[in-house]
Amino acid sequence: MQRRRLLQTGLALGSLSALAGCATLTSQAPAKAQVVVIGGGYGGATAAKYVRMLSNYKISVVLVEPENTFISCPMSNLVLGGSKTMAQITTPYKALSSKHGVTLVHDLVTVIDPVKKTLRLKNGPTIGYDKLIVSPGVDMHFDSIEGLQAAHASGQILQAWKAGAETMALRQQLEAMPDGGVYALTVPETPYKCPPGPYERASQVAHYFKQVKPKSKVLVLDANPDITSKPALFKKFWSDNYKDIIEFRPNHKVVAVDAKTNSLKFDVQESIRADVLNVLPAMRAGSIAMQTGLATVNNRWCGIHYQTFESLAAKDIHVLGDATLAAPAMPKSGHMANSHGKVAAAAVVAQLSDLAINPSPLLTNTCYSFVSDKLVIHVASVHQYNADEKTFKTVPGSGGLSIEPNALEGTYAWNWAQNIWADTLL
Amino acid sequence: MAQDAASVLHQRANAATCANCHGSEGRAVPGSTVPSIAGLPRDYMVAQMKAFKDGSRPATVMHQLTKGLTDQQIESMANYFAAQKR
Repeated sequence: MQRRRLLQTGLALGSLSALAGCATLTSQAPAKAQVVVIGGGYGGATAAKYVRMLSNYKISVVLVEPENTFISCPMSNLVLGGSKTMAQITTPYKALSSKHGVTLVHDLVTVIDPVKKTLRLKNGPTIGYDKLIVSPGVDMHFDSIEGLQAAHASGQILQAWKAGAETMALRQQLEAMPDGGVYALTVPETPYKCPPGPYERASQVAHYFKQVKPKSKVLVLDANPDITSKPALFKKFWSDNYKDIIEFRPNHKVVAVDAKTNSLKFDVQESIRADVLNVLPAMRAGSIAMQTGLATVNNRWCGIHYQTFESLAAKDIHVLGDATLAAPAMPKSGHMANSHGKVAAAAVVAQLSDLAINPSPLLTNTCYSFVSDKLVIHVASVHQYNADEKTFKTVPGSGGLSIEPNALEGTYAWNWAQNIWADTLL
Repeated sequence: MAQDAASVLHQRANAATCANCHGSEGRAVPGSTVPSIAGLPRDYMVAQMKAFKDGSRPATVMHQLTKGLTDQQIESMANYFAAQKR
């Protein structure tokens, strides 16, 4: 029954290649696809869908992603704050297959061979590609902080920076914490994924404490010299609404954690103990990019040709999202990764169709942060490709911030989420 | 012919930057307070985006985004979305 429906969808889309697109068992993965995408986050899922759409459903696409559902990092802080549930930030992948004819392979890629243009699956066969799109996100570099690897593995010290089981586990730690306790959140040096995320998280936890356990504290220990995104807006709101709850301490770089005493050690300052520790270590391109030699910059971020997102290190491999070396003022955000996905998809479609590459690709970013359950602030930017300098540059006079936290943008922010999830996955 | 296909592709790709908030091909999810823009009249969209850009129409974010677009890009986007099914 299901197979018949999928066949009909494939035919309705006018694409015979979509017929191969029903397999979800990795043992049934095709031996070859024109485009293979690794990673079903905002960047990869968008690229998979848009290669199909922009090729008028003529180019075959395989998306390799271990999870069955997409759990959004944007909005996951609201789960910590208690105003949204995990179900509300979760979207299945299946519409990419049923509506767009993407072949979903729920597996992990273990090796990429850029010369033979193949990749090997952990539980399945080798797949060949004409074009590979790598969107692995970031990996947490747990070893950059002494003791963190073990304390994280035991479930004691969480990151919850990749939304999922850790998001719920951190929420449970916050619920179990007695009133009068301390929640400490550490922020790594830039660049890291989602610049305003830590400050939104501090706001959400403070919002929860204020209602339920008002004697508790949120301690933000930041390796940077100041709040890295929307600083004036966050500080004003904190001082007006969470004055006795949030304490912000800049220039605090964590070098070690002590699981026995649940405390943090810094390069300069005295150690700090807290009831709940939420440690965000340094981040770098996901491991498949690292091991394939795509992380050309400081062995950490992937250098790319910005016009096409093709890797500087390997022909016919395109890298997008948080794993890339950011162009000036380009944030590592879900919205930006979705934008990357479209530029890369258009470039791949052009190259496979013998068409000219877009001479002036365009990226936008709009990043909303909830400072309470309803009030929101944003930062927005527009990035035009500069052919002379071969990079994206923000347009002078464009972009900007909210004037103040407001409920209208709270509504827009939640609708932004619904629309970008649909644009990425449905 | 090939040039035409390339131009169409580039226009679609640049217009897709609007889809993050306004929905794929300009069709927002049902009930969205961020409006659908698919199938709106071309001249209306050009006028609105230029009004955001020069500040005559107030906005939370569109005034900041349109200031990053050339008039040619605004017109190309309006042409694209006007041609989409509602």
